[in-house]
Amino acid sequence: MAYSEKVIDHYENPRNVGSYDKSDTSVGTGMVGAPACGDVMKLQIKVNAEGVIEDAKFKTYGCGSAIASSSLLTEWVKGKTLEQASEIKNTDIAEELELPPVKVHCSVLAEDAIKAAIDDFQGKQK
Amino acid sequence: MSNRKLPVYLDYSATTPVDPRVAEVMCSYLTPEGNFGNAASRSHAYGWAADEAIKEARKNVADLINADPKEIVWTSGATESNNLAIKGVAHFYKKKGKHIITCKTEHKAVLDTCRQLEREGYEVTYLDPEDNGLVDITKLESAMRDDTILVSIMHVNNEIGVIQDIKAIGELTRERGIIFHVDAAQSAGKVPIDTQDVKVDLMSFSAHKIYGPKGMGALYVQRKPRIRLEAQMHGGGHERGMRSGTLATHQIVGMGEAFRLAKEEMAADNEKLMMLRNRLWDGLKDMEEVYINGDMDQRVAGNLNISFNFVEGESLIMAVKDLAVSSGSACTSASLEPSYVLRALGRSDELAHSSIRFTFGRFSTTDDVDFTIELIRSKVDKLRDLSPLWEMFKDGVDLSKVQWAAH
Repeated sequence: MAYSEKVIDHYENPRNVGSYDKSDTSVGTGMVGAPACGDVMKLQIKVNAEGVIEDAKFKTYGCGSAIASSSLLTEWVKGKTLEQASEIKNTDIAEELELPPVKVHCSVLAEDAIKAAIDDFQGKQK
Repeated sequence: MSNRKLPVYLDYSATTPVDPRVAEVMCSYLTPEGNFGNAASRSHAYGWAADEAIKEARKNVADLINADPKEIVWTSGATESNNLAIKGVAHFYKKKGKHIITCKTEHKAVLDTCRQLEREGYEVTYLDPEDNGLVDITKLESAMRDDTILVSIMHVNNEIGVIQDIKAIGELTRERGIIFHVDAAQSAGKVPIDTQDVKVDLMSFSAHKIYGPKGMGALYVQRKPRIRLEAQMHGGGHERGMRSGTLATHQIVGMGEAFRLAKEEMAADNEKLMMLRNRLWDGLKDMEEVYINGDMDQRVAGNLNISFNFVEGESLIMAVKDLAVSSGSACTSASLEPSYVLRALGRSDELAHSSIRFTFGRFSTTDDVDFTIELIRSKVDKLRDLSPLWEMFKDGVDLSKVQWAAH
């Protein structure tokens, strides 16, 4: 399968790999996907008092496109407000990484992951 | 600097290079200076010479399996042989019954042919293999019915390399007058086959799995007792009416030479393959969470299929792009299903998605293996650092109890 150069770059040099303490109230965790489908994405955002995402980390089990989608996402969400981050669309990710149609689901998963992380964070603030 | 050719080829079960000795023979049957005649031309020396060459090739193929040359029908490959055997028997013997037994881990050329017969009104039982990939003979026996006309079980599995007990199966089928077909694409030249000893009625072969050319195969059709087939390809009545079409002399002599060499070199080849396989496993087995798929004893020498738990197969294949290996996971196609063979063994989704098949061959070296060990170890470590499943495993989470947000 031919991957785009951008996918290969993110895959070979993934940005922001790692984990935060899930129980930290400034951290939102989104875990989406399932081993049965061949990909699981964990995205964590660290949000400051102004509601801006200061940092993000990910771990992904999945194909190169899934890894690249989540790596790219961590770059994109940094410095964004929660509202801005929730507006990231899977099509933006697919376009940036030039994902072929069979790999579009990887970008969908990334969009689900940021939404889930934001939900988790907001749930903790109540 | 090593003069290693990259990527290192460890996918001999997918196909093999043509042995240079085979290629040399093939070349002498193509050009104007060569022996290019049509074996069906009875009126001149060009035809006679081609016919002679084909006779010799037929004998070479028959000799490897201790059969009569008259029992060999040339085809375009194991897929065609499987189609001819299964459809040919089903159509010819349909008045006798319409039930067929096969196994879920068969090659698609068998499974899809059976599916087609189901559409034509036949009934097919797809047996589940045991966890080690082998068919339980008692379960096979209890699936047999009065209207069973055919049992089709492969000799060696293409993904996990396990060797089925075709001798025991042949005893059961012959006793009941059921025809027994064996897909031997992955076993010819790797496991001794004696058609005088095993009661197999039909056997499919491929040339390119054993250092012959692609696009060439054969079907063994037993003469005593005689097995009848309805032809699938009609025309000039070649191959005793079972498979029409001008014989591809250069392909056939290539298969003949490959099978002749296989007979001569099988023992030495296997000894080397076993050494390479053991060397690879010895270099990987102390890693955490690695599992061999398929029985380790009833297995061809050149196959090792390993699941690296918590690492996804396609990303691993991408990480080891300096190795030509195949993933049990079918993620590279449009479907996201893991290997149907590993699923049939009862492997979990994670393990089925994390497998790599290493298959060695005549031109593999210890240097290839050492390079592989080093590369796999470092890449698996890297991908596990990236894997949320590995992290959960390390934290003691039982992944089978996690509620996944399916998508």
